[in-house]
Amino acid sequence: MTNQVKVSIRHLYKIFGDDPVTAMEAVGEGMSKADLLETHNHVLGLRDINVDIRETEITVIMGLSGSGKSTLIRHFNRLIEPTAGEVLVDGENILEWDEARLRQMRRETMSMVFQKFALLPHRTVLDNAGLALATRGRKRKDYEAEAERWLERVGLGGLGGQFPHQLSGGMQQRVGIARALTSNAPIMLMDEAFSALDPLIRTDMQDLLIELQGELRKTIVFITHDLDEALKLADHLVILNDGAVVQQGEPQHILLNPADAYIADFVADIYRARVLRARSVMRTEPVDGEIAGEIDHNDNLESVIEKAEGSLSPRFRVMRDGKPVGTLLMPDIMRALVPRKAEHAA
Amino acid sequence: MATYDGVFDTLGLRAWCDASGNDGPMSMADLMARTGGDDAGAGSLRDLPFPSLDALHEACGAIPQSRDLTLGLEQGFLAIRDGLRIVIDPLTQPLSWMLSDMIWVMTSTPWWIVIPALLLLAFFVARSWKVVGFVAATLGLLAFIDHFEPAMETLAIIFVCAFICVLFGVPIGIAMSRSDRMQRIGIPILDMLQTLPPFVYLIPLIFLFSVTEPKLYGIAIILYAIVPVIRLTDLGIRLVDQSVVEAADAFGMTSRQKLFGVQIPLALPNIMAGVNQTIMMSLAMVVIASLVSAPGLGVLVLRGIRNLELGVGLVAGLGIVMIAILLDRVTKAALARVDASQSSR
Repeated sequence: MTNQVKVSIRHLYKIFGDDPVTAMEAVGEGMSKADLLETHNHVLGLRDINVDIRETEITVIMGLSGSGKSTLIRHFNRLIEPTAGEVLVDGENILEWDEARLRQMRRETMSMVFQKFALLPHRTVLDNAGLALATRGRKRKDYEAEAERWLERVGLGGLGGQFPHQLSGGMQQRVGIARALTSNAPIMLMDEAFSALDPLIRTDMQDLLIELQGELRKTIVFITHDLDEALKLADHLVILNDGAVVQQGEPQHILLNPADAYIADFVADIYRARVLRARSVMRTEPVDGEIAGEIDHNDNLESVIEKAEGSLSPRFRVMRDGKPVGTLLMPDIMRALVPRKAEHAA
Repeated sequence: MATYDGVFDTLGLRAWCDASGNDGPMSMADLMARTGGDDAGAGSLRDLPFPSLDALHEACGAIPQSRDLTLGLEQGFLAIRDGLRIVIDPLTQPLSWMLSDMIWVMTSTPWWIVIPALLLLAFFVARSWKVVGFVAATLGLLAFIDHFEPAMETLAIIFVCAFICVLFGVPIGIAMSRSDRMQRIGIPILDMLQTLPPFVYLIPLIFLFSVTEPKLYGIAIILYAIVPVIRLTDLGIRLVDQSVVEAADAFGMTSRQKLFGVQIPLALPNIMAGVNQTIMMSLAMVVIASLVSAPGLGVLVLRGIRNLELGVGLVAGLGIVMIAILLDRVTKAALARVDASQSSR
């Protein structure tokens, strides 16, 4: 399933400092981050980022703090200007756009959800939800119904008259999501949207997002530092370290084939039985022997082990949309549960 | 013999010094030295004077005395005075009109209209019956001791000056918050305005305008009182939560939408605190401005000082305190109202 590329980041560099242009030349000649800081006193924020964001997918950009992920997401709508590179939205380089065109894009094609909610404290929940439409110049009575509908959808029906500070953190972020949805933009940028919430609420919000996405099919860029969250949400996972992309791809693939020691280390603590799916471990070539049952290609290994009742001998037919696509052998499951050492360790 | 003669001699400047001659009028110190008579040059190292203008002048006539500096400043100011007046006079004339009209309106209207009008204003600003009651009691007391008219004059001056302070101060504060360069230029000027002793404002203004013109004290009050509203507007806008401003950007607000829809509303508590301070400072200045014919309670205070009429001065002073508390309560109530309708983050 390869969808159209919606947003494409090409050779993106960001250097923080007084004279990024000169520093950029040095980086272009291959200077490292540490050397740049040493000799030029500039910080290399992002180095040669190439990411394709596909339509209707959730792309999760993951990295620890300081990896540049929040800087990167602010390049998608040019809240931060890159030092070099291109940001293509529907094939057009937005860095060449003037103020008005950029503003139009922010109003109509990209909405954003923030870690600290960033609601307007002096406006009601309803006005906050309708912010994008109000910004476009729509009258209050025009956007009221629309905003109310999305508030309802995120579970805040009837709270439109409240002020944000009267709501809990989780509810405030629901307003943030309603605000992004009301703008009806096809692309949604979510900057650590759930990181400030406590774990139970976070799980709720993740489920809400998955549910909404199942119905709305937006193009979502999601930033997080939480690997569990990343694996739960991602169709495409980009792992960022020290301002550079270390590995990107299908999350299951990354889990099974870590590109280097850093990633291997990173994914080592994951509860793999629940994350890995039958489709990632199954064999597609024909396998002889008796079939004990059928499983869905998206079942996780935990449920398969449960189905096998701990026995190592049964094999299962893996089904997708009612058609067999492969066979799952229990020894393969066992092997997949043990983190693999990086194939070409750094 | 002066102490620094030797310095000029060794530098070979003796001819230059003598050529310009030493024919200025003698300073007091010179006279004292001459009448005192003896051993001016025979002092030990202990008596070595600091090489100030006066000390150097003694040794070399070409160097000006310190009094020439103040004299020069004065003459320079007098020289540009006429030009300055042509520009400033028409510009500030409306201030005179506003002040005299406002004073006229508030003193010649019967008390049974003025007091209810002020109470209505207090209610409109503060939305609190308690504050209105306090205002009524204060005004009633002032009227009861026959200080109503000077109190109204003082209030009229404060209303006009504070209004103009806000009118100019808020936009200046906004400009300073939006440009670091403006802030770098503005802050030293504000510091100077704030620390300059209030009397000093009056001196150049007396030279510029005639003492009978209301704008003379009007300008002095405005210059002194405009500082807090500028400062707190600037600060308030800069303190607005950056993540909210970023969200405004991310949703494509224009800078005008951002300013009026986000920054000013969120900075409003700070701006209101600035307005409160501005009103308090204009009240402080209105008393000093009575030296240059500002009417009101300050005149009575001045009379108390000049004629040693203890009672007159004290009662007028307490009247000022009451007006100060009144203005403070009303603006504080307004501030609390603005704060409450927003959030505590």
